[in-house]
Amino acid sequence: MRGLLQSAFPDAQEVDVIDRTGGGDHFQVIVAAPSLTGLSLVEQHRRVYEALAAPLADGTIHELRIKTKGAA
Amino acid sequence: MTYTDKIKEVIDGSDVAIFMKGTPQFVMCGNSDRALQALRRAGATVTAVDVLPDPQIRQDLTAISGWPTIPQVFVKGELVGGADIVEELEASGELGETLRTKLGDDFAGVGDERTVALA
Repeated sequence: MRGLLQSAFPDAQEVDVIDRTGGGDHFQVIVAAPSLTGLSLVEQHRRVYEALAAPLADGTIHELRIKTKGAA
Repeated sequence: MTYTDKIKEVIDGSDVAIFMKGTPQFVMCGNSDRALQALRRAGATVTAVDVLPDPQIRQDLTAISGWPTIPQVFVKGELVGGADIVEELEASGELGETLRTKLGDDFAGVGDERTVALA
């Protein structure tokens, strides 16, 4: 997942993936990237969903929490 | 009427719509509860749709919104986001602001929370 996010956000200053429950299917991801600057939260989260479309579709990710940040 | 038609009717016809797992009276998912509680704290009167009775409801909803997860919150027909965004907007004060801007200053506590069954 980290690799998918890093290739979707090559400019990311921060990419973090936290297994919230230890079960390998409930995740919190944090992405901070200048390319997210100026986008609405809906658009920012859409970019993350797009990056993780495969593991979301095949059920690897059962639950996903997202925190995004543009450039400070 | 197809689910797609019914879903669009709820999205376009409700001040605040939430598509969730379960109903406000019996919430079946923590994330649906997070979004619902944040909306209630903001004073919003929600129209709720339970997506669980038929998996097709969720598929048709995602086809309309382009949003892959549940819950999904709409204000005046526009997707606001899921539980994370609703909570983030609440924390920053923007949730109340969005509701006021789109629904008018006296949006809070108007009408009754309702649940629409699609299946």
